[in-house]
Amino acid sequence: MKPRDLADLAFRNLREAILRNALTTLGVAVGVASLVAMLSLGVGLQELASKRLSQSGLFDTIFVAPKNNFRGMGRPQREVQSDTPPRTLDEDARKEMEKLPNVIEVYPQVRFFTEVRFNNKPFATVVAGMPESSRNSGSFDGMQGNFFSSPTANEAILQIEFAKDLSEKPASLLGQDLALRYAERQALPANDDSSTPSGEPSGGFSVVPKELRLKIVGIVETEPAAGYGGYGNARLLMPLSTASTLRAAQVNDLRDIVRDNTANKTTYPSLSVRAKSPSQVEELETSIKAMGFAAFSLLDASKSLRTFFSVFDLLLGIFGSLALAVATLGIVNTLVMAILERRREIGVLKALGAADSDVQQLFFVEAGVMGLFGGLFGVLFGWLLGRAITFGTNVYLKRQNLNPIELSSVPWWLVIVAIVFAILVSLAAGLYPASRAAKLNPVDALRYE
Amino acid sequence: MPNAETAIQLDRVSRQYSMGGATIQAVNDLSLSIARNEFLALLGSSGSGKSTLLNLIAGLDRPTSGSIMAQGQNLAELTSIELARYRCNTIGMIFQSFNLLPRMTLEENIELPLRLAEVDRGERPGRVREALERVRLTHRLGHRPTELSGGEQQRVAIARALVNRPKILLADEPTGNLDSATGEAILSLLRDVQRQLGMTIVMVTHERPLAERYADRLAIMGDGKLLSASEAGNEGAQ
Repeated sequence: MKPRDLADLAFRNLREAILRNALTTLGVAVGVASLVAMLSLGVGLQELASKRLSQSGLFDTIFVAPKNNFRGMGRPQREVQSDTPPRTLDEDARKEMEKLPNVIEVYPQVRFFTEVRFNNKPFATVVAGMPESSRNSGSFDGMQGNFFSSPTANEAILQIEFAKDLSEKPASLLGQDLALRYAERQALPANDDSSTPSGEPSGGFSVVPKELRLKIVGIVETEPAAGYGGYGNARLLMPLSTASTLRAAQVNDLRDIVRDNTANKTTYPSLSVRAKSPSQVEELETSIKAMGFAAFSLLDASKSLRTFFSVFDLLLGIFGSLALAVATLGIVNTLVMAILERRREIGVLKALGAADSDVQQLFFVEAGVMGLFGGLFGVLFGWLLGRAITFGTNVYLKRQNLNPIELSSVPWWLVIVAIVFAILVSLAAGLYPASRAAKLNPVDALRYE
Repeated sequence: MPNAETAIQLDRVSRQYSMGGATIQAVNDLSLSIARNEFLALLGSSGSGKSTLLNLIAGLDRPTSGSIMAQGQNLAELTSIELARYRCNTIGMIFQSFNLLPRMTLEENIELPLRLAEVDRGERPGRVREALERVRLTHRLGHRPTELSGGEQQRVAIARALVNRPKILLADEPTGNLDSATGEAILSLLRDVQRQLGMTIVMVTHERPLAERYADRLAIMGDGKLLSASEAGNEGAQ
């Protein structure tokens, strides 16, 4: 039979026992729905977690330090790539890294401990410079107020706990000024006065107290990429360029002097290299190591996270599949019943010239159509179920004064996979009934009253 | 002997069934030659094997031994798919209980063999109409079989059997469920169709008087064997 005739007859047969076939299809739909709901929860949670992680900026950033400077981080370093000689982390190295493929930005860590005065009261805190690229990283998406108006603005973004220290109503801080007191390094005129302004004469420097007024433009929950540099979380963020021009004394300055850093140019204790996406981090890390620096990223942690979610999804999928497995039994049952009911019809079809394969295909198509509709409705139900769970969760979160989250996610691949899976499972369920119908002896079938 | 004038040639055909350990010889070493354009009536008591013989000719069943040639094809050599095609294109079948599919309209019932024969969609309505005209039922195209009388249903069944223009029409007790007047009308119709289209008809029946009136020849079966074959109107052995 031609496919169109086959489909015609199959639809006609399905329509004839509409209630039974609709119920069977509903069974498949419920099975698919539970599968879709489970997997969409899995996918949603995974997206939620990885979004949070990518917002944290931890997974697309490589932390670079001179090789000999990278000890004491609490992690044993395996110095495997000792074939490349250690290099100083200076301006040349920074430019070289900027030229590597897939690098968005290379920026130094500017982070210092200092005092802030607000309403004439002193507050001690850690200040960190934020690179301009962090504007679009999503890290500041949920913030109150705005990101820095320009990369060199004298503006500050406060971490929420710090803001609460400053005022009982953190939101009222927006637009107000605070005073940043810091220690500026001033080169000692030991050798030559005409030394480059950015250069650190080996003789050392003096520290001069200075003050800078900053306008509070925003309040954010946590510092992006917090804890990466190892000097504690910053509670006051300012544009990196502004922070750099302060030439504030940093924690490692003293160490550099003690180590007698003789190179007469800027060196960095560490640099952060931001990759376009976490997938490029590994490659970049290798290139940077090859340049003779120690590089470190949290990619390993993200890998194990992905493994965790794969297993999590698998488990959810298995639970979701149970309902679908029950639904397949429904298809087998419905089609076997249909054989009994349509025994005579099958006999007539054969007497009129239907081959075994025609009868088999007819039952097969009927199973497939039930699978198709079951899959379509199942995806819809599953999506609704996911929405309902998200809605319920968000009602709860709202009561707890927490931000709403997107708990379930139905990506297009899940829709396709669910429908194809429903059809395949239904066809598999149709195998036995179809072959049984095909094998029906027409002589017996016609005799049957 | 098979020749160009032979439509169906049965040669020492046997068909055994085993039922609950016992072997039943439904057809036992039967040979019979049916000429082209012949209207043969197959008579015999219940269980004499005449329906089994009809199913063997129809290719719905295969003989345990012996050979069947129909329209130049040796049925034993056909695969099951070829046999299905043979049923579709060479054979038309009608039954005592009509066997129309109750959920389909008359038109759809008659179209069914055309679907199976993969006839072009555009050609089908004309073929259905032609078949219905032949049985004089064109006005009931959209009706369902249950809305028709027995005689009308049998005429639809005949139209369905004719729609693929078969060379052989097999009828299994076509008048068994009809009153005698309607039965006669059906047989008269069958004979007209046979004459117009040049078909071979093999009809299984209980009703000897009707058979004598409409068939060219009577073949009488008992216990799976052919008891006698005679020209219609002649007195055959009982």
